[in-house]
Amino acid sequence: MSIDMSQFYQVFFEETAEHLASMESLLLALNLDAPEADQLDAIFRAAHSIKGGSGTFGFTDITDVTHELESLLDRLRKREFAITVEMVDAFLQAGDVLRNLLAGHQNGRTIDIKASIEVCAKLEKLAEENSLQNHVALTALGLTGQAGNHSPYGERRSEARGQGTSSTPAEPLPASVQRICQIQFPNTADDFPSEVHLNNMLEELSNIGKIENKEIANQSVTLSLSTYASEAEVRDVFSFFFKPEQLKITVAEVAAKETSEQGYGFFVEPEAVKSGNDGAQGYGFFTDPDAIKSGVEDAQGYGFFTDPDAIKSGVEDAQGYGFFTDPDKIKSGVEDAQGYGFFEEVGNHAQPEVSKTGLRKEDSPGRRATDERATTAGDTSIRVSVVKVDQLVNLVGELVITQAMLAEAVGNLDPVLYDRLVIGLTQLERNTRNLQDSVMSVRMMPINLVFSRFQRVVRDGAIKLGKKVQLVVVGEGTELDKGLIETISDPLNHLVRNSLDHGLEVPEVRIANGKDPQGTITLRAAHQGGNIVIEVSDDGAGLNRERILAKARENGLLVNDSMSDTEVWQLVFAPGFSTAAVITDVSGRGVGMDVVKKNIESIGGRVEITSKHGQGSSIIIRLPLTLAILDGLSVAVGNQIYIVPLGFISESLQPKEEDIKVISGQGQVVHVRGEYLPMIALHRLFNIPTKIISPAEGILVLLEAEGKKVAMLVDELVGQHQVVIKSLETNYRKVTGMSGATIMGDGRVAMIIDVGGLVKMGTQ
Amino acid sequence: MAKIILAVDDSTSIRQMVAFTLKSAGYTVIEAVDGQDGLDKIKGQATVDLVLTDQNMPRMDGLTLIKTLRGQPQFSATPILMLTTESSDEMKTQGRAAGATGWIVKPFDPHKLLEVIKKVIG
Repeated sequence: MSIDMSQFYQVFFEETAEHLASMESLLLALNLDAPEADQLDAIFRAAHSIKGGSGTFGFTDITDVTHELESLLDRLRKREFAITVEMVDAFLQAGDVLRNLLAGHQNGRTIDIKASIEVCAKLEKLAEENSLQNHVALTALGLTGQAGNHSPYGERRSEARGQGTSSTPAEPLPASVQRICQIQFPNTADDFPSEVHLNNMLEELSNIGKIENKEIANQSVTLSLSTYASEAEVRDVFSFFFKPEQLKITVAEVAAKETSEQGYGFFVEPEAVKSGNDGAQGYGFFTDPDAIKSGVEDAQGYGFFTDPDAIKSGVEDAQGYGFFTDPDKIKSGVEDAQGYGFFEEVGNHAQPEVSKTGLRKEDSPGRRATDERATTAGDTSIRVSVVKVDQLVNLVGELVITQAMLAEAVGNLDPVLYDRLVIGLTQLERNTRNLQDSVMSVRMMPINLVFSRFQRVVRDGAIKLGKKVQLVVVGEGTELDKGLIETISDPLNHLVRNSLDHGLEVPEVRIANGKDPQGTITLRAAHQGGNIVIEVSDDGAGLNRERILAKARENGLLVNDSMSDTEVWQLVFAPGFSTAAVITDVSGRGVGMDVVKKNIESIGGRVEITSKHGQGSSIIIRLPLTLAILDGLSVAVGNQIYIVPLGFISESLQPKEEDIKVISGQGQVVHVRGEYLPMIALHRLFNIPTKIISPAEGILVLLEAEGKKVAMLVDELVGQHQVVIKSLETNYRKVTGMSGATIMGDGRVAMIIDVGGLVKMGTQ
Repeated sequence: MAKIILAVDDSTSIRQMVAFTLKSAGYTVIEAVDGQDGLDKIKGQATVDLVLTDQNMPRMDGLTLIKTLRGQPQFSATPILMLTTESSDEMKTQGRAAGATGWIVKPFDPHKLLEVIKKVIG
C-alpha cells in the first residue's frame, strides 16, 4: 500500500508558516541580556517542528537550513553559550530564507539559492565559533573528551541529515555490515514433523533478516538471507533444530550501509549498546547479548525487552520483562512472539501468558467518531475557507434585503389590524440584524495580523538608518474585516517607513533637542462608532511647514502662507510630493502618500494628518468596519434612486439662484462660503428625464473625495439607509460612475455612486 | 477488533500523516497534540495497545508523558515508542529511564512505521 503524502502538504505549509511567524516574533521579543528559558525553548521547538515536517515530506532544502538552525538553537537553550545580536540576525535571516523556500514549494515561486547557501554558511560559522570557544576553554581546564575526538560540546553532523543530528559518543561504533547468507538445511520428517514446524523456523529466521530465493524441496531447503546478523547469530537460529554439521551456510558481505536505515530501536539492556546494534542503523536496543544472538532484533532495528532464554522458556527473565505469549505457543508457531516486542511486566510476577487479547480493550465505537473530527485535538476553532464565509455573507445580505422589502410592504398596513404581522416583522428585523452582525464578525480578524510584522520592519529599518526606535502597539486585538486587512497593509507599511525615515531623528539630534535618544513609533487601533480608527504616530521631528509650502510652490500648486496647518499637511498627499532631502530605498520617492490616500479612500476610508514641529506627527486612518454594508444617503433623480456613501458627504443644501454661476469652459459652479465648487447635475450626467432642471429647485449634495470638492445636484433627498452592497461587476459588468448596486425595500434597484470617480470627473 | 494506538505529536502535518498511515493499516488512532492532551484523551480508555509519541512538545513533552503513563497501572505495560529526530546516547538513556519500549527516528518512511508497529503489536 502506498501512501500519498501530498494530501498533507497543505497542512504542512500552513503549519510551517505559523511556526516561522512565531519564531520571528519570539526572536524579536528576546531580551538578549537575559533570555527567558521558555522563549528559547519555544523558538527551538518551532525550528524543530519545521525540520521534522520538512524531512518527513521530503522538502530537503528546508530540512538542510533548519537543521543548522535547530542545532544552534538547541545548544542555546541548553545555555551552552550566550546569545548575541549577530545570532539573532542570522536566525531572522534563516527565517526569511525558509519563508522563501516554503513559497517555492507552495506556490512555485523562484527561490533565492544564494541566500540559502549564505545563511547556512553563517549558521555553520556561528556553530563552529562557539564550539571552538568551548573546546578551547575546556582544554584549558583539561576537560576535553577522549583524545582525537571533538569536544563533548561539539556536534558531529551526520551524513544522513534527514535523520537528524547524531551526537556520537567518544568511541566509534562498529559499522554494521550487511551479509547475504546462502543457507541449506535438510527437510526430513525427523527434522520437521510437519510443515508448521518448518514455517515456525522460517519465521524465526525472518526475524533476523530477509529471506529470498526460498526453495523447498523434498529433502532440503535452500534460501538466501540478507541480514545484519553475524554468521554465529544465524546459526543460533537453527541450533534448536539442527546440529551444526547439518547446516550449510556461505556468507558474503555487502558494503556497510552508512545511513541509519532502520531508524528505530528498543530499550532493553545496556549491554546491547556495546554489542553495537545501533548508531548506523538508526535504531538501537538495549537488548541483552543473548537476545541479540537469538537474532530477534538487531538487523531489523528494533529492540525488545527480552532475553532469548526467557523467550524460549517463557519464563520472566531477571530483568523483569515479560512476554506476550508463553514459549510453548512460540514454538508451536502461534503468531505474536516472533519479532514482536515484549514488554516489561508490572510487579515482576511470572505471567508467561500475557496475550495481546488480554491487553486490548473493547473497541469502543465512540472512539472512531472522535477520530473523524475535523478539529485538531484541543482546538476550539476550525479552519473555514474564505469562499464559504463570503457565500454566507452574501446569503445574509439577501436575507436583509428581503426583510427590508417585507418591512416596506407591511409599512402601509394598519398596525392595529395586522398587529401580529407587524410585531412579527419587527422581530424579524431584529433577528436579521443580529444574524448579519454575527456573520460579519466571522470575517473579522484582529489587526495584530498586520501590526505584528512591523516589529521586524522597525527593527531592521532602525538598524539600517542608525537610529534607536521602539515600536509600541496599542489595541492590537481590535478586529476588522479580513478584506480590509489585506488592503491596509501596504499603506501602513509606507506610513511606518515614513516615520522611521523622515520623522524620527538620529539619536544625537534627539539628545541635542532634549529628547530620549530612543524614538517611539506607536501603532494604535480602536473601534469608534461604526468605524475602526488606526493611528500611526511618532515622537520625531514632525512635519516642516516651510519645506512643504516651498515644495508645493515648486510643484506649481496653489498655496498661500495664510493656509492653516491642517491644509498644509494635506499637501503631502499630492502626487509626486516629497520634501525628503535624500531619497532612500526606505522612502522618499514621493509616490507614497498620494497612493496611501487613494488606497484608503478606495475602501471607503479617510486619512488625516496632525503634526507639531519638533514633537512628532500622527496619521489617523478611519475605515468602515466592513466592505459589504454601506451607510448611505438615498437621493432621487427623476424616478431613479441613487445611494451616496455617507462618508463622502460634507453637507446638503438648497442653493439660491444668485449663487449659481457659469464659468466659461468649466460649466456651472456654486458659491458656498467663499468657495466656488464645480456642480455636477446627475440628471444630465446619467441622462435621466426629470422635472427639476434648475439647481435652485433641487438639492445640492456637497461631496469631498481625494481632497477635491464638488456639488452634486439631485431632485430630492429620500432618506438615510444602511444598504447591502451588491457587486455590479460580478452580476453585470463594471459601470463608470457606479461603485455597486443595492436592492431597496420596495424591491427597486438603486445604484451606488462612485463618489471618487464623480469628483474626478467634475474637477477635470 | 482493531488495535488502538495513541499518536502524540504537536505537528499537525506529521500527526495527520501518522494517523492516516495507521488507519489505512486498520488500526484505530487517537490523536493528541501534546503530552497533556494525550493523557486527557486516554483517560476514559482502560488501555491502549500502543503509544507513539514525539519528544519535543509544548505543555508536556514526550519523556514526561512516558513517565506519567508508566506510573499508571493500566499503562505500565503498554508499548510506548518515542519518535525522535536523533539517536543520541543521551536520548536513549533518557528514553529508557523514562520507560519507553523503543524509538523510531524521524523522519521515517510510513511503511517502516507500520513494519515496526506490526512487530510490536501485530
